[in-house]
Amino acid sequence: NNGGGYYNHSLFWTVLSPEDRGYLSGELKDAIEAAFGSKDAFIDAFSKAAATQFGSGWAWLCVLPGGKVEVCSTPNQDNPLMPGVTCGGTPILGLDVWEHAYYLNYQNRRP
Amino acid sequence: MSSPGSKIIIDSALRAAANLRSSSMPKEVTQRAAAMLSSAPSGGKHTLPDLPYDYNAIEPVVSSETMTIHHTKHHNAYVTNLNVALEKLDAAVSSGNVGAIVGLEGALRFNGGGHINHTLFWENLCAKDQSELKDGPLKKAIEDAFGSVDGMKKELSDMSIAVQGSGWGWLGYNAKTGRVECATRANQDPLQATTGLVPLMGIDVWEHAYYVDYRNVRPNYVNAIWEVINWKVVEERLIAAQK
Repeated sequence: NNGGGYYNHSLFWTVLSPEDRGYLSGELKDAIEAAFGSKDAFIDAFSKAAATQFGSGWAWLCVLPGGKVEVCSTPNQDNPLMPGVTCGGTPILGLDVWEHAYYLNYQNRRP
Repeated sequence: MSSPGSKIIIDSALRAAANLRSSSMPKEVTQRAAAMLSSAPSGGKHTLPDLPYDYNAIEPVVSSETMTIHHTKHHNAYVTNLNVALEKLDAAVSSGNVGAIVGLEGALRFNGGGHINHTLFWENLCAKDQSELKDGPLKKAIEDAFGSVDGMKKELSDMSIAVQGSGWGWLGYNAKTGRVECATRANQDPLQATTGLVPLMGIDVWEHAYYVDYRNVRPNYVNAIWEVINWKVVEERLIAAQK
């Protein structure tokens, strides 16, 4: 719980940015388009994973051995790197969907 | 519906008709059948129960802002989504789709549990000046099991504070041992369905229950909630469970 929480939040702070570095390019763009068809389709899939995780948890974009990417979600402070977790691969993007991450600004409106 | 008897006959006819899976059966009929066979009380849908008090009744322990959002948004969403899941369940049952039936387990557990848990929760809270644990079967049962009321409060508080992620703390009645005991559940897992314990008193420790008023300091919320427990209701539940 605490090891996971430390890792997950450490990763989270690094993937957020106040500036709009919003262009997607290079290998990541290719991998996302290969797996989802388009950036928008990826965002839909990721948003769905985030919105449907019951209770506390995280949504992830992970890279699998071989370079494919996939979206999944984990409960509480679990992380795809942990053994036994059904989400696989190495997380490269995480979204905290514990209520504490959004409650003051969005209340119950996680989507 | 004219009488319970006619409802049973109509229900059976609809289920039989739906099971025939005739492609020439109009879609509207199957949809109406599914809605009609919904398992809510009186054949209708589940509804959000009113709070037994005003939204500001348990201030300052929990603010009226929290109670309003908690009741009208969170609990309401569980009720809405439970009804959706039940309609899907009826459609799956009527069409004999076992895979779909099993696939609904998560939604039923989460939303059904959420509805049960919150309904119990509102009832076991009350204004501070009405919160009093008098001598009686409940006080005795607690003292028998925990040595003292304070002993029980400490144990349940510790367990509730320690829940990882979202969940609930419960004081429950164990019909096998005849004693009361404390338990916690993750997410919205309902106590009785998953442990057999009869729920007497619940404490919601999802962050939405306390974040506005206490931010991340769950211990302050859990320690404060004892001031607004409706012990009368908790005792009535114990007496009912012991029958």
